[in-house]
Amino acid sequence: MSIITSPFRPQGIALAPAPGPGRRPVHYLNAAYGVRSWLLTTDHKRIALLYLVSLTLMFIIGGLAATLIRLDLLTPSNKMMHADTYNKMFSAHGIIMIFFFLVAAIPAVFGNFFLPMMIGARDLAFPRLNLASWYVYVAGAVMILWVIFGGGVDTGWTFYTPYSSKSSHTQVLPTLVAAVLAGFSSVFTALNLIVTTHRLRAPGMTWFRLPLFVWSMYATSFIVLLATPVLAMALILVGVERACGVGIFDPALGGDPVLFQHLFWFYSHPAVYIMVLPAMGVVSEIIPCFARKNVFGYGFIAFSSIGIAVVGFLVWAHHMFVAGISVYAALIFSLLSYLVAVPSAIKVFNWTATLYRGSVSLQTPMLCCLGFIGLFTMGGLTGLFLAALAVDVHVHDTYFVIAHFHFIMVGGTVMAYMGALHYWWPKMTGRMYPEGLGRIAAVIIFVGFILTFLPQFVLGYLGMPRRYHFYAPEFQVLNVLSTAGASILAVGYALPLTYLLWSLRWGEKAGPNPWNATGLEWQTPSPPPPHNFAETPVVTCGPYEYTLQEEAASVG
Amino acid sequence: MAERVSSPTTYYAVFGALIALTALTVGVSLLNLGPWHTAVGLAIATTKALLVALFFMHLLHGSRLAWVALAVGVFWLGILMVLTLADYLTRPWLYN
Amino acid sequence: MSANTGALWEHYENLEQQHEANVLGMWVFLATELLIFGALFTGYAAYRAQGDYSASFEHASSKLNLGIGAVNTVVLLTSSLTMALAVRAARLGRRRALVVLLLLTALFGTVFMGFKAVEYYEDYEKKLVPGLAFDPEEWRHGPVKPGPVQLFLMFYYVMTGLHAVHLTLGIAIMLTLAVMAGRGSFSPRWYAPVDIWGLYWHFVDVVWIFLLPLLYLIGTHGKF
Repeated sequence: MSIITSPFRPQGIALAPAPGPGRRPVHYLNAAYGVRSWLLTTDHKRIALLYLVSLTLMFIIGGLAATLIRLDLLTPSNKMMHADTYNKMFSAHGIIMIFFFLVAAIPAVFGNFFLPMMIGARDLAFPRLNLASWYVYVAGAVMILWVIFGGGVDTGWTFYTPYSSKSSHTQVLPTLVAAVLAGFSSVFTALNLIVTTHRLRAPGMTWFRLPLFVWSMYATSFIVLLATPVLAMALILVGVERACGVGIFDPALGGDPVLFQHLFWFYSHPAVYIMVLPAMGVVSEIIPCFARKNVFGYGFIAFSSIGIAVVGFLVWAHHMFVAGISVYAALIFSLLSYLVAVPSAIKVFNWTATLYRGSVSLQTPMLCCLGFIGLFTMGGLTGLFLAALAVDVHVHDTYFVIAHFHFIMVGGTVMAYMGALHYWWPKMTGRMYPEGLGRIAAVIIFVGFILTFLPQFVLGYLGMPRRYHFYAPEFQVLNVLSTAGASILAVGYALPLTYLLWSLRWGEKAGPNPWNATGLEWQTPSPPPPHNFAETPVVTCGPYEYTLQEEAASVG
Repeated sequence: MAERVSSPTTYYAVFGALIALTALTVGVSLLNLGPWHTAVGLAIATTKALLVALFFMHLLHGSRLAWVALAVGVFWLGILMVLTLADYLTRPWLYN
Repeated sequence: MSANTGALWEHYENLEQQHEANVLGMWVFLATELLIFGALFTGYAAYRAQGDYSASFEHASSKLNLGIGAVNTVVLLTSSLTMALAVRAARLGRRRALVVLLLLTALFGTVFMGFKAVEYYEDYEKKLVPGLAFDPEEWRHGPVKPGPVQLFLMFYYVMTGLHAVHLTLGIAIMLTLAVMAGRGSFSPRWYAPVDIWGLYWHFVDVVWIFLLPLLYLIGTHGKF
């Protein structure tokens, strides 16, 4: 049994037995071969990779839909596709990107892979439930792809009644099933992450020694568990109304379509925090590492995650300001929506303070996180515009809203996802990606993103409505800019797809800790052995020891 | 697993109480209570649910985390109901 | 991968930790179930809160079969008793008692489903099924209107239907557990599956405890 004594962890972590001469080390990728060993695995690391592959595929398809949208919007009066087809495009784009990419992306790949390792566990609490969650996800994904390539759905990802329950002649029912399946998948994952964090922490791993990524996974899972069931019910009720011809949202019966919206947004607003909290967790890991400095205000960041999760449940009707809700209720929701910006802002202040006087190096993960901080801040601030009732009346259902949420979802979450992918790639695969290409890709993505979505704020303010396949001719210049940006963005995303795959075969082999990061996951070989740790580690210090490291280096 | 094993008497007693409360809720509903029907019915139902949760589901002597999970679920359902009803109940204020 | 003595997964230190994790997992799952049923209760509350719907809701409720509703409540409560006793038997290692009690629980659940089926059929005969067997003109008198009546009935079917689906799953699980218990899969050291699916069963009972007053008892005053 070999023990490594790391400079930042005095007690040392036992690794798997060193292989004899000529023998390859056993890790989770080569421990067993064959399709069955992958499709029937209960190893959280393999399941994370299964998710990675499926999510990438869905991202590409969702991105294709976006490409077609942006191509169509090059000209004011569409010549490219029929209006109904355009409706199906933005519906497909939204449904896939939200339900089949963003909700699962960071939790199902990096949460699955690294949460157990970060807390010193050998697997998640319920390994078979973990595998089941992937199968349920795949079932939903197959279903939605079958819908999209077999006629499509045109209700938008919001499924508003009565159009979705009564009028739409597209494949609404299978889409609802697919969305509910995706929801269940996320619930299984969230359940696993929460129970694992409570019950499988290594000795000495107290709550305040947990990496901030774990805090954000916990907060995310909290939201998933409480919000998703309500969405499931809302969608089931639409399905019932559609299947039976009678329902509870039907105005002819005295029903209220807005009730659907209440139930829908009760999930879908917290859902945006499901999508952004994990990204924030990633940023909290990467910034200290590449600034060589302990995170500033650990407690503030940890509790702000919980704060976002809680307050995020109290604001949903700000999506319904013009839907006919009572103005008194709208007032309450508007005030609460201002409140929810506070914990997010706290995080941005803390990350900035972490960077201040840090020894910042601009590798790809850091570039992605810096991009996140800038773009997320802009997106978040524009959310405050939308929270103001009077402004929202003007910009609701315009490109202003689209720009706002894309700044957060794409400029924020997807950038952080890219950052996480590059940061943890050596650990997951045992290979380094080409750093130069990584940095170029990060910059291209950033530039492409700004060019795509910044014009959309202006478009929305000027009055261009969303979900329209044509627009007033005076908006064309900005639309062309936006489409140009989208093509650059596409190149930016295509680059990592190629060089990451390339690196699997030809990338430089990575050691256990190429970034000199702290955290239990970096105390294992790259790739890690099947059970992560040969012996359960005993934790005696906090998750970020960079400052101590620097001091030790400067003294010694 | 570290919890004490309840005696069957406790379970039978709880069961008896549950049956009695069921009879009560049906009986009370036959009276003319005006606007108080729902409140009384829910109060009795909550009592029955608490009995099931505390004794049959071992919450009384079980882990605190289970309590928390249940309490959080109930509270969050409360958020959904209260804020949704905040819309429905204040809509007439505008008409009047 | 988990036979009896092989019940311990490698990543757990001991069976007790594994049991505790399973129990927490089930409680967290039940919290999600609370929200899924809760969404229905919320919709129901939203409509009932609108003043002019109460009369229709209460009138429609009075047409439901209170007798079956009440009997079914007793049946389900009895099944919870047998379930609680089953968990106790598992903890004490009494294999025969465990099997019998699990089978009894499943039996009571099946009796509930039987009564429910009879009740649904009767509802159909009484033309209480919107979209299938329903005459709007029957429901147009005084403050009662056919629209809200149908809303109430839709809630009735979806709520009791969702409950029935959960109960059916529960029955299947009880039977599976009975078979496993018969084969000696459980012992005082490892009986977590009985424990956690008992929690599930009690939860399904609690849902019905709330369905009874909200669906069956809002229109009963002055009935007899």
